[in-house]
Amino acid sequence: MAGGESSHAVRSTALLKDEVDIVIPTIRSLDFLEGWRPFFQPYHLIIIQDGDPSRTISVPDGFDYEFYNRNDINRILGPKASCISFKDSSCRSFGFLISKKKYIFTIDDDCFVAKDPSGKEINALEQHIKNLLSPSTPFFFNTLYDPYREGADFVRGYPFSLREGVQTAVSHGLWLNIPDYDAPTQLVKPRERNTRYVDAVLTIPKGTLFPMCGMNLAFNRELIGPAIYFGLMGDGQPISRYDDMWAGWCVKVVCDHLGLGVKTGLPYLWHSKASNPFENLKKEYKGLFWQEELIPFFQSTTFPKECTTARECYIELSKQVRARLVKLDPYFNKLADAMVTWIEAWDEYNPTGEVGSAAADVSGGPAKGK
Amino acid sequence: MSLNIKDNEVDIVIAALRSDLTAFMEKWRPFFSRFHLIIIKDPDMEEDLQIPPGFDHQVFTKSDMAQILGATSINFSGHSCRYFGYLISRKKYIISIDDDCLPARDNTGTLVDAVAQHIVNLKTPATPFFFNTLYDPFCKGADFVRGYPFSLRNGVECALSCGLWLNIADYDAPTQVVKPNERNVRYVDAVMTVPVRAMMPMSGINIGFNRELLGPALLPGLRLAGEGKQRWETMEDIWCGMCAKVVCDHLGLGVKSGLPYVWRGDGVDVKGAMESLKREWEGVKLMEEVAPFFQSVRLPRTAVTAEDCVIEMAAMVKEQLGPLNPVFAGAADAMLEWVKLWKAAGSQGA
Repeated sequence: MAGGESSHAVRSTALLKDEVDIVIPTIRSLDFLEGWRPFFQPYHLIIIQDGDPSRTISVPDGFDYEFYNRNDINRILGPKASCISFKDSSCRSFGFLISKKKYIFTIDDDCFVAKDPSGKEINALEQHIKNLLSPSTPFFFNTLYDPYREGADFVRGYPFSLREGVQTAVSHGLWLNIPDYDAPTQLVKPRERNTRYVDAVLTIPKGTLFPMCGMNLAFNRELIGPAIYFGLMGDGQPISRYDDMWAGWCVKVVCDHLGLGVKTGLPYLWHSKASNPFENLKKEYKGLFWQEELIPFFQSTTFPKECTTARECYIELSKQVRARLVKLDPYFNKLADAMVTWIEAWDEYNPTGEVGSAAADVSGGPAKGK
Repeated sequence: MSLNIKDNEVDIVIAALRSDLTAFMEKWRPFFSRFHLIIIKDPDMEEDLQIPPGFDHQVFTKSDMAQILGATSINFSGHSCRYFGYLISRKKYIISIDDDCLPARDNTGTLVDAVAQHIVNLKTPATPFFFNTLYDPFCKGADFVRGYPFSLRNGVECALSCGLWLNIADYDAPTQVVKPNERNVRYVDAVMTVPVRAMMPMSGINIGFNRELLGPALLPGLRLAGEGKQRWETMEDIWCGMCAKVVCDHLGLGVKSGLPYVWRGDGVDVKGAMESLKREWEGVKLMEEVAPFFQSVRLPRTAVTAEDCVIEMAAMVKEQLGPLNPVFAGAADAMLEWVKLWKAAGSQGA
């Protein structure tokens, strides 16, 4: 097998291999895939080449993939290509759009296989799939974390009516080595490395927002695809490095409304490259201020009960962005436009009735109370 | 530990449900010995306590309690006896650990100083308003991640620290029966703040709290009709924890969960869970009412102390839950009685 100098055999039972697409945005190289070969080779890859389309980025042999550069995106989407960012990893949204699979795993090209404390290599994709296939528990916090994991359970006092859990829509993984810090923190702590392996998966409670990092992320595309658009960032935009944050806040409020779960924790991967903090500061500078307004915006966002799918929620959200955030900066008008264009593109590639309009199976919520 | 812990800031409160505390205290000696211990003897226990020498401690028995409190409707027997200790302590921080728990070992094999970890948790800020994906940002080697609003990075004061247990986890009776051999072997190296408005079951087995801030809310409210000496026959801590979390959420205080672990072992009669189950699932059934109630509690802005909050909640419990089950009416009464006792015997005097 090509590249098989390590003794890893390709697993014969790759979980859900026909239901998962791996979406990888890249502007540098795909050499990192070599390390992931034992875990990724059974799966289909969607590679989005960002930046100069005339540059050649080769894919290591033996992978099954689709490859798109900017010219492809423009050709395929036509005018709607305006919603896909350029020179920002949010271009990965294009991969989410044109995928035909139920689940997406997205990973950055500077992320490698990590080892758990026993020295065993971590199959991040497998853990994400397990996270997505097992329920979440957003309505009550379990102090032993994921109760569905082997060796754990719900603790005393956990209401039985909530023990079925709800469907998991998002699985947010973490990173050893270079932590995902913002520019100011990177400048203050250039040498800090994350060496702590926290052996837990947990559901982020309903009503709680979090910073969603796109480096190591998986989601159920059927359930929340339309809501996980990574926004308008990068070239020609006043902001960068907030694509995943934006998507995460949107997706969390949508999941909270639809009664779906978001998990965080395992799996870990090894993040190898620290981007330049001065460059980062320039990119995310506006975001540091804007997020102070954006968080209260999302915390106070509500959806009418008629919104029963991610698509409907997202359309509603675009209206609220336009109504309430433009006073923060005119950029949000453009972003609201892009959100609408995204849904139009989504509709074209995922006709209603098939994907993204799946109504959440709203069960397991508390019978009384808020 | 990294923080400067003053000995005179801490009381360790132990509810003695077994008479021979020798092994328990010897194992904890390295971590307990610098602090003052308040040991409350279960009023139902006949035998004298056996306590090894070398500890700065006070023991309170049934007659001490009667003398100090006078007549009270609160039943301090069983696990609830520890609340007496909370009441009469004069320290800023209280750590309380069940007497069938021993120090655990972390992933490096080192014994965990649960007392010190609770105090670190209580002395460093909590972050309830936004979830940090790298867990406790004030921990060495960690920080707030990208996307965490800067205005929230000061955090708030942590008032309650809920630890965990290796070996025999704190399961209810049905779960114990279904999984008699399951042991918790997973040491999760994290402390995290339980987000605002998220409810959780607080296990009283291993906790620390800021008595000055939260004392009145750590209360013996809910007593099951069939309450027993095994943890799965009680709900007192679950009820207490829900009250405490609501109070913390309202007052802008933090609750943390995670480290430290203790090792919970021999005293737990796992086989007895079946007997408990045969009697009734009282506590399990009650939670179905309790959880939605606490999730819906909204306290008025005029409630600015833990005491105020408890009084308000007691009224709501009486009104909304009282009609459903007499045990709730009893809880409401106990909450008010507790505040009375707190004002008389519990308030910081000197």
